[in-house]
Amino acid sequence: MIRGTLFALLAPVLLAAPLHAQEQAPPAPPPEQIVAGLSREDVDITTSFEGSEIIIYGAIKRETPIPPDESLDVIVTVEGPAQALTVRHKQRRLGIWVNTDRVSIGAAPSFYVVASTRPLDLILSADEDQRHRISIPLAMRAFAGPMEVEDAVPYTEALIRLRRAADLYRQDDGAVRLAEQTLFRADVRLPANLVEGAYSTRIFLLRQGQVIDTFRAPIEVRKVGLERWLYRLALEQPFVYGIMSLAIAVMAGWGASAAFRMAKRP
Amino acid sequence: MQIYLPIAEVVVNALTLIGLGGIVGLMSGLFGVGGGFLITPLLFFIGIPPAIAVATGANQVVASSVSGVLAHVKRKTVDFRMGWVLLAGGLVGSSIGVLLFNILSRLGQVDLVVQLCYVVFLGLIGAMMLQESLRALRRARRSGPIKPMRRHQHGWVHKWPWKMKFRASGLYISSIPVLLVGAAVGVLGAIMGVGGGFIMVPAMIYLLGMPTKVVIGTSLFQITFLSAYTTLMHAVSSNTVDVMLAVLLIVGGVIGAQVGTHLGARLRAEQLRILLALLVLAVCGKLALDLFLRPDELYSITPGVLP
Repeated sequence: MIRGTLFALLAPVLLAAPLHAQEQAPPAPPPEQIVAGLSREDVDITTSFEGSEIIIYGAIKRETPIPPDESLDVIVTVEGPAQALTVRHKQRRLGIWVNTDRVSIGAAPSFYVVASTRPLDLILSADEDQRHRISIPLAMRAFAGPMEVEDAVPYTEALIRLRRAADLYRQDDGAVRLAEQTLFRADVRLPANLVEGAYSTRIFLLRQGQVIDTFRAPIEVRKVGLERWLYRLALEQPFVYGIMSLAIAVMAGWGASAAFRMAKRP
Repeated sequence: MQIYLPIAEVVVNALTLIGLGGIVGLMSGLFGVGGGFLITPLLFFIGIPPAIAVATGANQVVASSVSGVLAHVKRKTVDFRMGWVLLAGGLVGSSIGVLLFNILSRLGQVDLVVQLCYVVFLGLIGAMMLQESLRALRRARRSGPIKPMRRHQHGWVHKWPWKMKFRASGLYISSIPVLLVGAAVGVLGAIMGVGGGFIMVPAMIYLLGMPTKVVIGTSLFQITFLSAYTTLMHAVSSNTVDVMLAVLLIVGGVIGAQVGTHLGARLRAEQLRILLALLVLAVCGKLALDLFLRPDELYSITPGVLP
């Protein structure tokens, strides 16, 4: 009993010890740090949702004077929740076009925008792109399952092409404005066909192709009101939802029939 | 007017949907087909995910059929007895169809089978109906007044047991072929994601020998219940019914169905059949072209990882 109490008293001290040790030798903070904010942290999808705009703004905090070289750059990404996808390829078989091969992609973002101060290939080294998965092709992750095709590249290219056409993937070079090497701002437009879920924003500060600081912030995209109610009902009480859908259909059909009969009668 | 659909998670123009519903409703009232074979491809075309298009299409078909069937009940052109027997066959067929559909999707070729089914059935039925109605029209022109069509041949249908009297149709035939027609339509309907009216109507006329007058009302009656069953199955098993989408289609659909029914009462049966035949052939031609011509985009994205 007494020993138990002693442990209970000591436990926080013991646990805190390594943390304390870390504090004594903190890693040197990067000479330039991002301080940023979002114009909004949640996006509500209502029935009349037509897309939204998020302003991501911030400043660069530094203890030292601005380094003389002029190559400071900022990249801002906004990413939607990841989805598993299958990309299929049609080929001609016996005269008709048939889906033949496919590639399964374990996780591709449902939405992805990368905005930057200057064209990405000028400001971001390949190594850093690999590490932080910034450019659109790298934002897609693992392939799922055994590979059935020899070359998956055309499939991922097709995915990007289709998603770009749907305005779901976007690369906006020059969309981040940087003033006096200190203040930056990016206006990111979210399209209307958004999927609900946890979105995330990343900001990268770069000099000479190297990432010197990063910043992350979440954005919550969710359905509200009627949209939310219907969505929840459909998932949680599918039978009730089905009956409701049928009742609406039957009433609408009967209502129209009755209305026309009334209208025909003088 | 843009609107966000809660289940489909896409934004579409509400007026487009009402218009689509209207066109399909008109077909429903005119020809007694549920319109599923039109609504489903049209919804794909405006960017609704296929699974949601199929399920919601079924829900829309319920509304337009109810609207149409009530108009036909009023005109006493529904053979209820025939309708119930067809429905009994249809429910069995539909369940078998859903099973087949699941097997095909596991094999990964469900799209192709569905498309081929459409091309083959629409092509056959369209050609048959066009030929039949053109002949009837030519005959009518040659001999003045239209001769009453011979109802049915005294053939195999009459040798089978379990005879039933279908008074509204003026038939005394075995219930087995009726059940079989219902079941066949149920199977095809479930695989192709449609009510099956476009197969049911010609089958009733040419196989069962029902008079055209009661065919449409009876077909609508059966389709109402069958597509209600399908909608419920989809809602429960895959959560793919988008009620917001359905309501917009329904608003257009019920109006179209009423206009169609009243228009149909004024047109002659032969003209009506030629119109339906041409429509069926047009849809068939479009689908066949899609199969044979090189598509613009060879790749497509499907959500989820296929097994």
